[in-house]
Amino acid sequence: MINLVKEKNPMPEQDPMVRNKNFKEVSTGYTADMAINEAMRCLQCRKKPCTGGCPVRVRIPEFIARIAAGEFEEAYQVISTTSSLPAICGRVCPQENQCEGRCVQGLKGEPVAIGRLERFAADWHREHGSGEAAAQADSNGRKVAVVGSGPAGLACAGDLIAKGYGVTVYESLHKEGGVLAYGIPEFRLPKDIVSSEVSALKDRGVCFINNAVVGMSMTVDELFEDGFEAVFVGTGAGLPQFMNIPGENLLGVYSANEYLTRINLMKAYKPEYDTPIQISRKVAVIGGGNVAMDAARCAKRMGAEEVHIVYRRSMEEIPARQEEIHHAIEEGIHFQLLTNPVAIRGTEKGYVCGLECVEMELGEPDASGRRRPVEKKDSNFVLEVDAVIMAIGTRLNKLILETTENLSANSRGGIGAEEETGATSCPGVFAGGDAVTGAATVILAMGAGKNAADSIDRYLEKRV
Amino acid sequence: MYEIISKRRLNSTITWLVIKAPLVARKARPGQFIILRTDEYGERIPLTMAGHDSEKGTIDIIYQAVGKTTLLLDQFEVGDALLDVVGPLGRPTEMEGLKRVAVVGGGTGNALAYPIAKGMYDTGIQVDMIAGFQTKDVVILEEEFRAGTSNLYITTDDGSYGEKGFTTDKLKALIESGEKYDEVVAVGPPVMMKFVCQLTAKYGIKTVVSLTAYMVDGTGMCGGCRVVIGGENKFACVDGPEFDGQLVNWDELIQRNSFYKEQEQEDMVHVCRLTGGVRCHD
Repeated sequence: MINLVKEKNPMPEQDPMVRNKNFKEVSTGYTADMAINEAMRCLQCRKKPCTGGCPVRVRIPEFIARIAAGEFEEAYQVISTTSSLPAICGRVCPQENQCEGRCVQGLKGEPVAIGRLERFAADWHREHGSGEAAAQADSNGRKVAVVGSGPAGLACAGDLIAKGYGVTVYESLHKEGGVLAYGIPEFRLPKDIVSSEVSALKDRGVCFINNAVVGMSMTVDELFEDGFEAVFVGTGAGLPQFMNIPGENLLGVYSANEYLTRINLMKAYKPEYDTPIQISRKVAVIGGGNVAMDAARCAKRMGAEEVHIVYRRSMEEIPARQEEIHHAIEEGIHFQLLTNPVAIRGTEKGYVCGLECVEMELGEPDASGRRRPVEKKDSNFVLEVDAVIMAIGTRLNKLILETTENLSANSRGGIGAEEETGATSCPGVFAGGDAVTGAATVILAMGAGKNAADSIDRYLEKRV
Repeated sequence: MYEIISKRRLNSTITWLVIKAPLVARKARPGQFIILRTDEYGERIPLTMAGHDSEKGTIDIIYQAVGKTTLLLDQFEVGDALLDVVGPLGRPTEMEGLKRVAVVGGGTGNALAYPIAKGMYDTGIQVDMIAGFQTKDVVILEEEFRAGTSNLYITTDDGSYGEKGFTTDKLKALIESGEKYDEVVAVGPPVMMKFVCQLTAKYGIKTVVSLTAYMVDGTGMCGGCRVVIGGENKFACVDGPEFDGQLVNWDELIQRNSFYKEQEQEDMVHVCRLTGGVRCHD
């Protein structure tokens, strides 16, 4: 029996004016009835275009059929055959461009809410599952090191342990999860979900070594000396970019990475934590991606009266997910579109007191295919703010490249690696995720981690 | 967990800790730093290493109890353990090609100058050490410096010990008396480092300084530790902590280091007055 309603079951959410003052999760998740009702909207197409849109090939119609039948744990088991982080993917994947973007129901109405259903199955499992660890693969006695415990590293570790390898994950911070821990805020991705995914990997035998900066604490070459036969590098694209405009070192100018890390990883929003952070009244966040939305919504929750997203193109080109923009607007974030910062102004003591901007208009499309913003003459104005957060992207961290002999870079300055296999110029070293591609999405990084796990397995089978 | 192996008070506010951290000790070099976190609620703070023993798997830190975190650190005793220690971070001190160096330390900065001076001395470089203090009561590391440098000159602002005057006065006197240095290394309060650099610039002597800045991760990710060197933004954690002092924008550095001072001051009052240094919510 198919549910013919054209719209998705709406996601229950905290009231915007309540949630913009707390860090609790915005979306509270489908109830079992909602999930079954939504699952009934799936046409169970034979061609499964949705699965084709998923970088880790989640068996989507299959798990949705299980939900429709009320077999929630079974639905989770179907997902976990291909994805090690469903509770996370269900929350942060850009489904509109992937699975849901290809859903046949989306042609005449809204696509099936695949992400919400995935989240439902994962949450159900966490709350009601037996808690039994997945069946352990027999150990093959061979060791692989994974550098970085973000989505790429976790996915790679999960697949390798399933294949019987001994896996050790090295993490530079004190907490596992990479961007899932320091970058994505609690209200979008509760940290206990990240912890439980990491614990599940620990239960399956993955060893995590925190506070270990590969490239400094030990080199990749030394990992081989320590007995690892292959190394997967999934260190992400960490270095924040600045605009190189005057005033960027004034007090109150943050990179989004720093601002978000202080809040998400270091819990600056909880009074019992020592982490210092500026308490701002009016904040400008520069950039239009998901990171910009996260920073702006955090600033609001930290008590700012006024928060502006400053983006140089229009709403048409803005790169953040629609859902995040929608949530930000509901929470009272202002959007200063077609606006480009040219300087940051400061007080005598060096504190930020304003952001000088110029209005923009859109010209011809540029290399990215987006219309190129052009400055309007004499349109300068000053936005009165006491903090500026730069969310204009990140560059690649060179620590591993600089300390690993014979490891080549790619044209973007990241680690050079084959897209399909993750193989690099160094035998036994594989790389994937943002460290290779530059900043992208959680699910693409996971896909890269999984592909690398497969090719590490093939590489080591050949090299007996 | 990172156990404290020994604790030694050097003066009323400065303490020397030896901490078990084998992963760090294995690779540590002079000039590098660590980031530590005392407990779950603690900040991540960077501290330059004062030494290490790779066989024992220990590292040394010398810190002055001035802010909330260092006051909390002061509550730890031998046998207690810190929650996190990560490192070694930053680039090691460059020593190649150096034959004769003057190392200038100011106050607590002497603790950070110690491993650099000793590291250089141990590789056969002739090291003249100028250690400056406000007054006799706060003099630290005298014996260590005597053993680990070629010549030691102690100065005090009030003349209560060693020679009266600032480190810059002594450095100037040495240079004017004909001592030739390939390089000067200055570690101390930014104002002192700034004046050392102004002085050495006059004599055309390259001067290396070790900069401290607010940072979170220590691997280049947060960008909080940016310092302007020769008009360019650098990250103290991965590009430093040592830089050519004559290229540093000192005024901006001093300003950036004041960012959280007020917040810290408040926090510190809470720690001292309310709890005597013990967390009340544990």
